[in-house]
Amino acid sequence: MQISSKDLRPYLLVAPQTLTFLFALVLPIMAIVIISFWDFNGFTSVPGFTFNNYLGIFSSPVYLKTYLNTFKFAFLVWLVCVLISYPVAYYLAFRIKSSKWQTIWFLICTVPFLTSNIIRMISWIPFLGREGLINKALIGLHLTNQPVEMFLFSDFSVVLAMVHLYALFMVAPIFNSMMRIDRALISAAEDLGASSFNIQKRIIMPLAAPGVAIGTIFVVTLVMGEFATMRLMSGGKASSVGYLIKNQIDSLQYPMAAANAVVLLAITLLIVFGILRIVDIRKQI
Amino acid sequence: MSRINRRRFIRAGLATGAAIAATRCSAPVAQAPSGTPNNPAQGPEVITNQIKDVVIRTVGTGAAQSNDIRIQAEKDLGFKIQMRALSTAEVIQIGITQPKQYDIFDGEFFSLPLVIPSGNLQAIDVSRLSQFDAITPIFTTGELAPGAKVNTSQGTAPRKVMFLKDQNSTEFATDPTNWATIIPYQYGADTLGYRPDLVGRKIESWAELFNPEFRGKTSLLDIPSIGIMDAAMIIEAQGLMTFEDKGSMTREELDKVTRILIEQKQAGQFRAFWKSFDESVNFMSSGEVIVQSMWSPAVTAVKARGLPCIYAPLKEGYRGWGGGLGLSKNLSGIQLDAAYEYLNWVLDGWLGGFLSRQGYYSATPSTARKFMKPEEWDFWYEGKTAAIDIVDPYGKTIDAAGAVRDGGNFDERVSNIVCWNSFMNEQVYLVYKWTEFVVA
Repeated sequence: MQISSKDLRPYLLVAPQTLTFLFALVLPIMAIVIISFWDFNGFTSVPGFTFNNYLGIFSSPVYLKTYLNTFKFAFLVWLVCVLISYPVAYYLAFRIKSSKWQTIWFLICTVPFLTSNIIRMISWIPFLGREGLINKALIGLHLTNQPVEMFLFSDFSVVLAMVHLYALFMVAPIFNSMMRIDRALISAAEDLGASSFNIQKRIIMPLAAPGVAIGTIFVVTLVMGEFATMRLMSGGKASSVGYLIKNQIDSLQYPMAAANAVVLLAITLLIVFGILRIVDIRKQI
Repeated sequence: MSRINRRRFIRAGLATGAAIAATRCSAPVAQAPSGTPNNPAQGPEVITNQIKDVVIRTVGTGAAQSNDIRIQAEKDLGFKIQMRALSTAEVIQIGITQPKQYDIFDGEFFSLPLVIPSGNLQAIDVSRLSQFDAITPIFTTGELAPGAKVNTSQGTAPRKVMFLKDQNSTEFATDPTNWATIIPYQYGADTLGYRPDLVGRKIESWAELFNPEFRGKTSLLDIPSIGIMDAAMIIEAQGLMTFEDKGSMTREELDKVTRILIEQKQAGQFRAFWKSFDESVNFMSSGEVIVQSMWSPAVTAVKARGLPCIYAPLKEGYRGWGGGLGLSKNLSGIQLDAAYEYLNWVLDGWLGGFLSRQGYYSATPSTARKFMKPEEWDFWYEGKTAAIDIVDPYGKTIDAAGAVRDGGNFDERVSNIVCWNSFMNEQVYLVYKWTEFVVA
């Protein structure tokens, strides 16, 4: 049977992407899944098949607390990111009329991302510390006598740094969604006497929802896997699943780390599927 | 709409893939160090008779993988050396899982119960080392002076893991043999560091770290296996517990230590925990923390910023650590000869002098002495008043003439090591309990 080159073309076109995913994503994840069933004898990993690593995760109040802590931060960071990004995106998309200025302002939003994320994180420390700028200013203004300690090495500083790191991942998709909204819809609503609150509620918000959904996927997946920000900004006083995994890897406990990675991946994928069921993001891609 | 169809599944996969890619990209990855797959080392493919074509690749922690050391060694030895600086944990991981990535393993003694069973290191023939006898007996027999505390120190003391039963054995020998696991070159006696200007008095006991007077201004090391030992030192000093072996605690002991740690954390005793050298320096120099467990060169670094910092001599003694060089089992022929030459160079004294000026001790003090000014030797090893300004290897003055090193002379300091960094039998449980402490 003769196969024409035309029949092969689609397969050739998808081949690079498929191979990349196979070798860079599917195979490593399969390796992690397999190792998560291995045994650990206290010194090294031993091939085997045991559910103990998973039982350990689900039966321990310590791990449960670590997972809850991770969800807490994912939720807080997500919430603050939405609250900040929506107005910013709205302003960019609707209040700035010239597309040249839209581009310029959007680029300005990305400026913090031109530096390394570690540097951005560390730069908060001299700002928030006991001897930091904010405390110096508060004491100088006689608003407080004692330096406020909760600015740094607290939940507050973790959320602050993560929002700083990830807000752009929310701004960009919301802005993108809003730019696709047909301006005639808004003019029509205005002509029919809709209040700006109603326009916001009944036109812009529903149409921008897919952007929020995409942003949510980005922010939630990023925060769920966080460990560096969590460690640095909480001063090691709070933990996330990512940090737990890192500690286990550092102690060579690969099977436990792999089991945690699988559970974390499953939970994150569930969240992503949940979001995709609620909002149809097809239009945006 | 509500079903997950194939198209949507692919899309979700893509989004996740993109997110994972973004996470990976945003991870703090510096430029790939040479010798990694991203930046492959120039492996010596062709073995010629000329040693100058040899490249020796080391993998180790930050302290000794410095450019100044590499340049001097290359100049003295005539072959190329490539150094990779990594964290303690990464060095152990590579030591065990990636034996082809290094020729020389620069690791700590406590990692040997993990690394040696992997069979990735070859026994070192100590008769090929000209200065082997100059190595201080802390490593070989474990006895420094009659009656010294270090003779009976707890934990993974170097003497317990320094020698193998014979050339092809992976079992540790209890007495010195001709076959060594690693050749020590640097070590120290860790203790609490504090800011005398902010503390306002002398710190003389580990118990002070849990003193309510310093509430919210203390810090502990956040490396589970080391942090737990510091915690044990504190709790023992408080008289709350005693330990059979702080380097190998039982589950009950770990439970109890963790409970006390959590109480302290919830009472707000700790400002933060540090994991890396520079974090501890920043805590201390910014005044966020005024007393914490610390490493000697970190104290030196705080002082180099012009701030007073004391490396406290404590009555209960110190927690010791030691590092050395092991040879990969993949070395043979001229490569192996070069590696032995490097070991000989390390013991020859230049490196000892270089590290001594940062506050480490050399495993061969007598050879290091030849590369130090008499005044420097007096200050760092004899505990005498500095006759000249004390300058670190990078040219910064860290102590003015007239200063005295904390903790007295070498013998005084080292003979008071009461426990060593360890790998515990209950390591899995330890990491679990430490996680409990961190999330509490």
